[in-house]
Amino acid sequence: MNILVCVKQVPDTTEIKIDPVTNTLIRAGVPSIVNPFDGYALEVAVRLKEAVGGKVTVMSMGPEQAKAALKECLSVGADQAYLISDRAFGGSDTLATSYVLSVALKAVEEKERAPFDLIFCGKQAIDGDTGQVGPELAEHLGYAQITYASDVIMEDGMLQVKRESDEGYDYITAELPAVITIVKTPFEPRYATIRSKMAANKAVIPTLTAADMPIDTSRCGLKGSPTKVKKTYTPVREKHGIKIEGKPADEAARELVGLLSDAKIM
Amino acid sequence: MSFEEYKNLWVFLETEEGKAKNVGYELLTPGRRLADETGEKLVAVVIGKDTEEVVKNAVAYGADQVLVVEGYEYFNYNTDTFSYALEQLITKYKPSIVLIGATNNGRDIGPRVACRLRTGLTADCTGLDIDEETGNMAWTRPAFGGNLMARILCPDTRPQMGTVRPGVFKKGEKDETRTAEVIYEDIHLEADKVKTKLLERVKEVAEAVNLEEAEIIVSGGRGLGEAKNFSYIRELAEVLGGAVGSSRAAVDAGWIPHAHQVGQTGKTVAPKIYIACGISGAIQHLAGMSGSDTIIAINKDPEAPIFDVADYGIVGNLFDVIPALIEEIKTLKNS
Repeated sequence: MNILVCVKQVPDTTEIKIDPVTNTLIRAGVPSIVNPFDGYALEVAVRLKEAVGGKVTVMSMGPEQAKAALKECLSVGADQAYLISDRAFGGSDTLATSYVLSVALKAVEEKERAPFDLIFCGKQAIDGDTGQVGPELAEHLGYAQITYASDVIMEDGMLQVKRESDEGYDYITAELPAVITIVKTPFEPRYATIRSKMAANKAVIPTLTAADMPIDTSRCGLKGSPTKVKKTYTPVREKHGIKIEGKPADEAARELVGLLSDAKIM
Repeated sequence: MSFEEYKNLWVFLETEEGKAKNVGYELLTPGRRLADETGEKLVAVVIGKDTEEVVKNAVAYGADQVLVVEGYEYFNYNTDTFSYALEQLITKYKPSIVLIGATNNGRDIGPRVACRLRTGLTADCTGLDIDEETGNMAWTRPAFGGNLMARILCPDTRPQMGTVRPGVFKKGEKDETRTAEVIYEDIHLEADKVKTKLLERVKEVAEAVNLEEAEIIVSGGRGLGEAKNFSYIRELAEVLGGAVGSSRAAVDAGWIPHAHQVGQTGKTVAPKIYIACGISGAIQHLAGMSGSDTIIAINKDPEAPIFDVADYGIVGNLFDVIPALIEEIKTLKNS
């Protein structure tokens, strides 16, 4: 089984700060991490490889620094990594990003002389939260897609994917190759060991630029992106509610229920 | 691409086993408002099996026209059959705007179709209006875990597509006297082009949590300290006839299943009353509940950000306040 996992390096949004004047991210001091859902996707891929044999390749589109994220992936089970990087790709929305990834995937297949059977992505990245790159990648490639999967197994040569639904979950099978997007799994991704970390740090990660693949640059970056961000702003959430403070619980509860009942809320 | 050809606002009414997801009906509310603003028709799109009831409801909730694709293969969602049907409809009728509920299936079909049409799709929107300057649809959505709001346009391609969070808009009043044109289209994808197959559906009835439809939600967070203390939340919810929600912290701690989670990576809710107990009010939680009519916060930290969005708050120990509250509510009910 030849598996590709697409990963994104993201700022840790739980520690993000916004500059209130410019409405932009304050990047300084905010750690960059492997998008957590991509981490789950990698773990599912590595478990599948361990079960049926094969190889796991990770690929990331981003600046040179994203190699740190790829090295982290190499330290937790990925066999090799590719960075997809070019100024022409900057500012891409989901349609442009998925286009670049689809072309890069074909370029990697050509280099390795082996087609991918399965392509994994996280269900969404925690910075953009769109969840669109996986399905759009599948569409560019004309492959089957299964989104919101929490487990993937091969049984008697048949792919079985557990997909979250509104009422529970579905078991779905697909023809290969297929693109699968992964939610938070019931199991935690493995940790790196000192030895695997040292090996990953030494790994040489090849970079593919626009010149290394047959890509239409008019479909990349800002100009290849149909959606345009008109403005960004920090959400305003100042309400001047009634706060009951410094009173015993029963008194506070009585006061609150009284207020709610007077306001005909309760 | 000639923009003049593209008109009308579409709402995709997602169906499963012949029933529509609520978010589809919810979207007919802003859909009606925006269509009136642009002077266009509001069109409901129904792909499914046994859809008579859904079609009737779509008209009652404000659609001027309903496009229906019926077929045995549409009983359950399938990426290939549904995206083919939607793409065919869009290519034939050329809508200007397409709204899709941001459910798992909506977020599965949306990008597949938008990519095939090489147009823009804005994910998980919480605000919809027409951009005054350009006349384009303006999609508002949270990003970076709800820390930032972005206003996004799709000025150069059509249709303009977006997925919209469930629970952000409210269903309108049904008007059963309305009538509308209903058009049936016969669209079927050849069986050999369907690449995925549903093997089994498992419904976890015991875990059914219908937060989006609850009028009252009582949520618990990190302040509960441990799983068993969710009994406080359940009891308060029960007295009020409400549903149980939670913050991400409580889900991550394994105290309660993900289905209960309210917030950026959970559900967006807008009940009449939202009671947050032991929830500090991280921005990613606020992103999922700040549209509630009345927000009540119980927290021992007077500086907790949850108080910034609360209409009413009690600063105190929730293990004392909740039982006292339950008593008071019981007294009120019996009076």
